[in-house]
Amino acid sequence: MNIIKNIKIAWRGLSANKMRSGLTMLGIMIGVGAVIAMISVGNGATASVTSRIQSLGSNLLMIMPGSAGIAFGGARQAAGTATTLTNDDADAITKEVPTVEMVSPEFSGSAQVVYLNRNVNTRITGVVPEYQEVHNSNVAFGEFIRPEDQNAQSRVAVLGQNVVSDLFSQGDSPIGKTIKIKNLPFLVIGIMEKKGQAGFQNLDDQVFIPLSTAQKRLFGSDNLQSISIKVKNEDEMELAANQISTLLLHQHKIDNPNNADFRIMNQTDILSTMTQVSATFTMLLGGIAAISLIVGGIGIMNIMLVSVTERTREIGLRKAVGAKRKDILGQFLTESVVLSLLGGSMGLLLGFIGSYIFSIIGGWPFVVSMTSVLLAFLFSAAVGIFFGIYPARRASLLSPIEALRYE
Amino acid sequence: MINGKTIIKTIGLTKIYGSGETAVKALQNVMLTVCEGEFVAIMGPSGSGKSTLLHLLGCLDQPTSGHYLLDGVVVGELDDDQLAEIRNEKIGFVFQQFNLLLRTSALDNVILPLTYGPRKTRDVRGKALEVLRAVGLEHKVGSMPNELSGGQQQRVAIARALVNNPSIILADEPTGNLDTKSGNEIMTIFKKLNQEGKTVILITHEKHIADYAKRIIHLQDGKVISDEKVVNH
Repeated sequence: MNIIKNIKIAWRGLSANKMRSGLTMLGIMIGVGAVIAMISVGNGATASVTSRIQSLGSNLLMIMPGSAGIAFGGARQAAGTATTLTNDDADAITKEVPTVEMVSPEFSGSAQVVYLNRNVNTRITGVVPEYQEVHNSNVAFGEFIRPEDQNAQSRVAVLGQNVVSDLFSQGDSPIGKTIKIKNLPFLVIGIMEKKGQAGFQNLDDQVFIPLSTAQKRLFGSDNLQSISIKVKNEDEMELAANQISTLLLHQHKIDNPNNADFRIMNQTDILSTMTQVSATFTMLLGGIAAISLIVGGIGIMNIMLVSVTERTREIGLRKAVGAKRKDILGQFLTESVVLSLLGGSMGLLLGFIGSYIFSIIGGWPFVVSMTSVLLAFLFSAAVGIFFGIYPARRASLLSPIEALRYE
Repeated sequence: MINGKTIIKTIGLTKIYGSGETAVKALQNVMLTVCEGEFVAIMGPSGSGKSTLLHLLGCLDQPTSGHYLLDGVVVGELDDDQLAEIRNEKIGFVFQQFNLLLRTSALDNVILPLTYGPRKTRDVRGKALEVLRAVGLEHKVGSMPNELSGGQQQRVAIARALVNNPSIILADEPTGNLDTKSGNEIMTIFKKLNQEGKTVILITHEKHIADYAKRIIHLQDGKVISDEKVVNH
């Protein structure tokens, strides 16, 4: 009794009940497909988040203000709410920290932007010319904020792609047009390249204006929301962070570093947080998909039990002409493994198609890891063996004469 | 063709179904000896234990007590797999209901016992064709059971019983589901097989079928009540 023979017998048994076998396979197919697609969705999302965060610049440090309220003994508020970072801090870092290549102080607020009869509520980010290089952001058309704009507090704006599509109809070139932000007219001088989602922010949904304009003319504030810093050398990230920390503590006249009213984060910190979030997400999705695989496996067991009962006489006859226990065991086990592997292969295809569709919808690269394919395939074979062994054993233990008498 | 060599010997063979008050004594203390080349018909009313006896002789079932020696081997001491081997190699069983595999061609049905055999039969197909020719079905090898008449199905079943070249053919009312003409054809085959040296034991209700045999055993209530040689052969 060899494997090929067993597979032939299994195939005959399965094709005798095409509808039933097909429906049983569907269970495994959906299970395997779901596992592959969901893991691919998780991996794709992780990859896209990672690549976008990395595209922000790999030797980037971000300084955020600490939480407000603590100095006065009131309720501690969320990080970033304090107004402790100032233009002076940014200037001081530029002048006094040698490991820093470039400093980009930023201020952002939310405001209504109007063009003709259209309007949109979006993020207004006040930036200096260095922003472009620190964040690896490029203009697609026109120009970015120029040094003279910053000095003159010019009312010029550079738009993100989403803002363009919200305010302007297709074919209408925004450059040279005048938009109104908080009722002040601004001249559009450029459009940014598409950058997409970074973490929970959509980078395309903002308007860049000179920092001085944002602070003095628009929001009437002289503090900063964040300072992004490009460090000269990637190996000196930690050194730079320490130097900046020391400098700012001195600037803010704070002795104990534990009381610092600012936070310095680097790319790796942000990245690892995001990766952790999406890994949890992947596990969750994969877990749910795995449950459907188990449900499919129980479907196989159910059908195999029906099949054993239905073919009791056949089993009796096979035993009467000399089939041993292991022959019958092998026959039914092969049948359930063939069932689950066929379902698994089709699920593989389904998983690939699903992953591809999701990758288009989600806008991330189409990745199906070899591991998830192998895992799903082996798992479906294991499901076949695990859920097939009980019915197969039951069949093999039948007494030939009782099996033959079965009606 | 009887050479006097004992091939089947039972000593106090007893089979009891169930236990306690509901126990049914299907066979009681049966003593039976069959020599190689004999043609035995077992007769008796329903419930007389003939099928039980044949199942025990065919190693399809184990007795409650007593001993069964098949070709010198004490069958009671064998495990399931060894019994399967004996069924495969030494015994060909023919059933009243034919018991062919559905959706399986006559040829594949005949090949079935070969696939479970321990020996590697080199020309499985050739061997199967040979026995199908012996039962006169060489023109029906590719037919499915539902395309064959009852008599033809039973001939496939006989071919299947013969394919491993067993020394004993056991048949449980092989003509029970057939009309008289087909029944006689089947009996002619058994007669021919016996003449070629096979030991044939069959169960029947009908006197004219039993008349093909050279020895008739009557059973009643699980006991042998008569055992006589038929002289007019």
